[in-house]
Amino acid sequence: MRYEAPENIETAVKLLAGETGNARVLAGGTDLLVQLRLGHVEPDLVVDIKRIAGLQAITAEDGGFRIGAAVSGAQLGEHDGVRALWPGVVEAVGLIGSTQVQGRASIGGNLCNASPAADAVPALVAAGAVATIAGPDGRREVAVENFATGPGRTVLAAAEIVESILLPARAPGSSDAYLRFIPRSEMDIAVVGAGISLTMAGSGKCSGARVALGAVAERVLLVEEAGEALTGTNLDDRALSRMGDAVAAACRPIDDKRGTKVFRTKVARVLAIRAAKIALERAGRA
Amino acid sequence: MAPITVTTTINGEAVSYLCEGDETLLDVLRDRLGLTGAKEGCSTGDCGACSVVLDGRVVCSCLVLGAEAAGREIETIEGMADGETLHPLQEKFIEHAALQCGVCTPGILVAAQVLLARNPSPSEEEVRFGLAGNLCRCTGYDKIVRAVLDAADTMRDGQ
Ligand SMILES: Cc1cc2nc3c(=O)[nH]c(=O)nc-3n(C[C@H](O)[C@H](O)[C@H](O)COP(=O)(O)OP(=O)(O)OC[C@H]3O[C@@H](n4cnc5c(N)ncnc54)[C@H](O)[C@@H]3O)c2cc1C
Ligand code: FES
Ligand code: FES
Repeated sequence: MRYEAPENIETAVKLLAGETGNARVLAGGTDLLVQLRLGHVEPDLVVDIKRIAGLQAITAEDGGFRIGAAVSGAQLGEHDGVRALWPGVVEAVGLIGSTQVQGRASIGGNLCNASPAADAVPALVAAGAVATIAGPDGRREVAVENFATGPGRTVLAAAEIVESILLPARAPGSSDAYLRFIPRSEMDIAVVGAGISLTMAGSGKCSGARVALGAVAERVLLVEEAGEALTGTNLDDRALSRMGDAVAAACRPIDDKRGTKVFRTKVARVLAIRAAKIALERAGRA
Repeated sequence: MAPITVTTTINGEAVSYLCEGDETLLDVLRDRLGLTGAKEGCSTGDCGACSVVLDGRVVCSCLVLGAEAAGREIETIEGMADGETLHPLQEKFIEHAALQCGVCTPGILVAAQVLLARNPSPSEEEVRFGLAGNLCRCTGYDKIVRAVLDAADTMRDGQ
């Protein structure tokens, strides 16, 4: 296995494009090196993107933040600006693994690994985050909800790299939240995850909401009907219940050792409602 | 493939080594450099026995490639004591009998040192969460948590 650590993204793309065998991008390695160790992947070339300028940077942009794809969970959690604007994204990323994993695991890696249970992804989808992708034909942008196509599968073509993820600006009175259910309090894979982002207008009514679910389908889902059920309401019990119904209707989970279909669907409803209440409370302070 | 030449800093000293592209930092430390303090428990990031500090952050060295360490700063358990003088965490681990077989201990000490550097007065809960990535199958954790909290007290008093 050849290891390369180029210093700019054009070189990284060229290296990937020039490899006739199996080539993989390496960010924090907390998925890739486990897969390597278990023999699930056998790359001929690994391109470490952490030395590329900007890939580990967080920069303010048009009132939002551009997060380099290789920014670690620990780094994101220490950024006061992102914490204030997108607390739900930061709490979702912060749930990934232990302190040791946080020091390495990147937001881009969580997205590209495309686990249906990835914790950062529902929060990013709810946030309306957009990934910038660099490849042999230049750059393109993809909304995060359209990024994964199935377990471990994404829209990335050969030699494409996620360069950064944009968390957009927010209207006043906006906030977000992410909750997951796991059988223990740390270090486990989400049985269900629910991310929600909303804006409360000056009138006290919700002027827009996005609800996303993890681990209840083959990929993270944006549930538009759930967001619509909150829009125009003040998030009273009736609106929350209708939102929960839309969430339950969108779930198409599998039965596995972590939870049955019925259990996952029920938990998704409960978590989405709880996350909405947290986001509402935060929006009151935003 | 020709091996990769890596120059890095380990416990404050410049070190060069050769490694294969797919060789982990843990294997480099143990098998090439004779630094056998970091242990291999799982090799999949779950147990924390292989914890080292990489540019100020505690990481699982089983999930870092040896080649990635070029130009970085690494600290391992071997750098914790000052000659014959043990670090307060090491002292307290002995005092509280916070180890039995000792396989988890180097990783826990390294993780605890970083935890206390970032948060000199952690609550019990913060210690438990902070060390959740370090598994111990012997002690039941209570003695470990008490030793870390006691070391934190000592280290604060010492300042
Ligand atoms: C002990 C442990 C606990 C964990 N707990 C959780 C958890 O609670 N929740 C959770 O969601 N995940 C968890 N994970 C999984 C993992 O940590 C996350 O998915 C993490 O975000 C992956 O990021 P990374 O930078 O380490 O990715 P890497 O391992 O470097 O890469 C992951 C995949 O994405 C590709 N890739 C990475 N970056 C890019 C890019 N910029 N462009 C194109 N392709 C790219 C790689 O080729 C690889 O296929 C855990 C892992 C471990 C070892
Ligand atoms: S050996 Fe590295 S975490 Fe277990
Ligand atoms: S003392 Fe044996 S594993 Fe912790």
